[in-house]
Amino acid sequence: MIRVVLPYHLRNLARVDGEVQLEVESPVTLRAVLDALEVRYPALRGTIRDHDTLKRRPFVRFFACKEDLSLEPPETNLPDAVVKGEEPFLIVGAMAGG
Amino acid sequence: MSKIRVLVGTKKGAFILTADGKRRNWKVSGPHFAGWEIYHVKGSMAEPDRIYASQTSGWFGQIIQRSDDGGKTWNTPGSSPEELKGPEGMPKGESNKFSYAGKVGTHKWYDGTQHPWEFKRVWHIEPSLTDPDTAYAGVEDAAIFKTTDGGKTWKELAGLREAKGHLWQPGAGGMAVHTILLDPKNPKRIYIAISAGGCFRTDDGGKTWKPITRGLKSPYELPDPDAEVGHCVHRITLHPSRPDVLFMQKHWDVLRTDNAGEQWQEVSGNLPSDFGFPIDVHAHEPETIFVVPIKSDSEHYPPDGKLRVYRSRTGGNEWEPLTKGLPQKDCYVNVLRDAMAVDSLEPCGVYFGTTGGQVYGSANGGNSWNPIVRDLPAVLSVEVQVLP
Repeated sequence: MIRVVLPYHLRNLARVDGEVQLEVESPVTLRAVLDALEVRYPALRGTIRDHDTLKRRPFVRFFACKEDLSLEPPETNLPDAVVKGEEPFLIVGAMAGG
Repeated sequence: MSKIRVLVGTKKGAFILTADGKRRNWKVSGPHFAGWEIYHVKGSMAEPDRIYASQTSGWFGQIIQRSDDGGKTWNTPGSSPEELKGPEGMPKGESNKFSYAGKVGTHKWYDGTQHPWEFKRVWHIEPSLTDPDTAYAGVEDAAIFKTTDGGKTWKELAGLREAKGHLWQPGAGGMAVHTILLDPKNPKRIYIAISAGGCFRTDDGGKTWKPITRGLKSPYELPDPDAEVGHCVHRITLHPSRPDVLFMQKHWDVLRTDNAGEQWQEVSGNLPSDFGFPIDVHAHEPETIFVVPIKSDSEHYPPDGKLRVYRSRTGGNEWEPLTKGLPQKDCYVNVLRDAMAVDSLEPCGVYFGTTGGQVYGSANGGNSWNPIVRDLPAVLSVEVQVLP
């Protein structure tokens, strides 16, 4: 089970509290997790990545196991600790403003 | 007795203000969609409890929200479980998908080069006058989209961008279709306005569009002051009984046309400044119009620190200041283009919101004003509904 932490506004949009848990078949890549998330919560489509290009929105970041995976390609495998459910996959609204 | 519902979009959420027909005691609900920019909230004329809202964020993009119970509950359209599955078993979730039709094309960029169209947000939603499932969305970068399924999916009316779209250019506030006027007597006719593209009309339901800018002069903004496109039109409005008569607040100048935009005449008359954003028409007097003069394009606040609505009862040229109940010193707020509305009660109610978070209302056609709320986030839009 993959654990996903959404930022506040997306939790509200998806109407969830706390972490989201997703079944994702191996290989557990960035794209596979985001696909599964959008299947489960279609209201999130277009809010994390572009509808058409599937590119990450500029002010969204992906973190896991203290690593920034935002710039990694979508085929990137997530760390074992995330695949085993020991650590969450974090979707974060980037720092912006001042 | 009738009820009034004022729909307010702000920089940090939506608010719904309600009162009975006396318009004295108001209830405030909100913030709805707290923390998000709400560019516009508007109810359907055909089904008043059907309300559409444009919710946007620099982080998470565009969301369309819809209420079918007058704003008590909201959903992204098409989000019930049975609606979410497409033919291939994949979720649709396309109520926030605004994809330009066909070849995306380019428009003029700040440096004079051509730049691809990029969707940023929905500025304005105009529900159909007759069908609650049909609505139009004016978006940045400038284009118009239409839904016929209550907001679940949107398709561009791409003919608009063929009206010399390659010459449109963003101003400092972006390049957006911010005004959509539906002709109540001719369902095929729609007027739209773009900053900074100009003013356009379709007579075939949105397939083809033509610029309607003859008579507009922009000597400080355009190299050719009489150009067909590129004028910074801030707002247009009409009275439903006379849809061929339009009034316009341009970047500078207040204008009118009596022939559906074929020719415009300036009617700024004795205004202290003819720069401004909103313009609206009295609900019962088609020659009575309201504007809020702003000092200049460089100083977006009222002249002399006095917040004054100006009213003309002669369709322009002769203007009187309306000041009773409005701050007449040290006031430096702005009133944005979509932040004024009128109700259809007798006497006509007039409402406007400010960048300082006040929403003022007048229950007597502008003769006197009261703050309904004083401390909201900066107000982006104001609409009003009269309910039975």
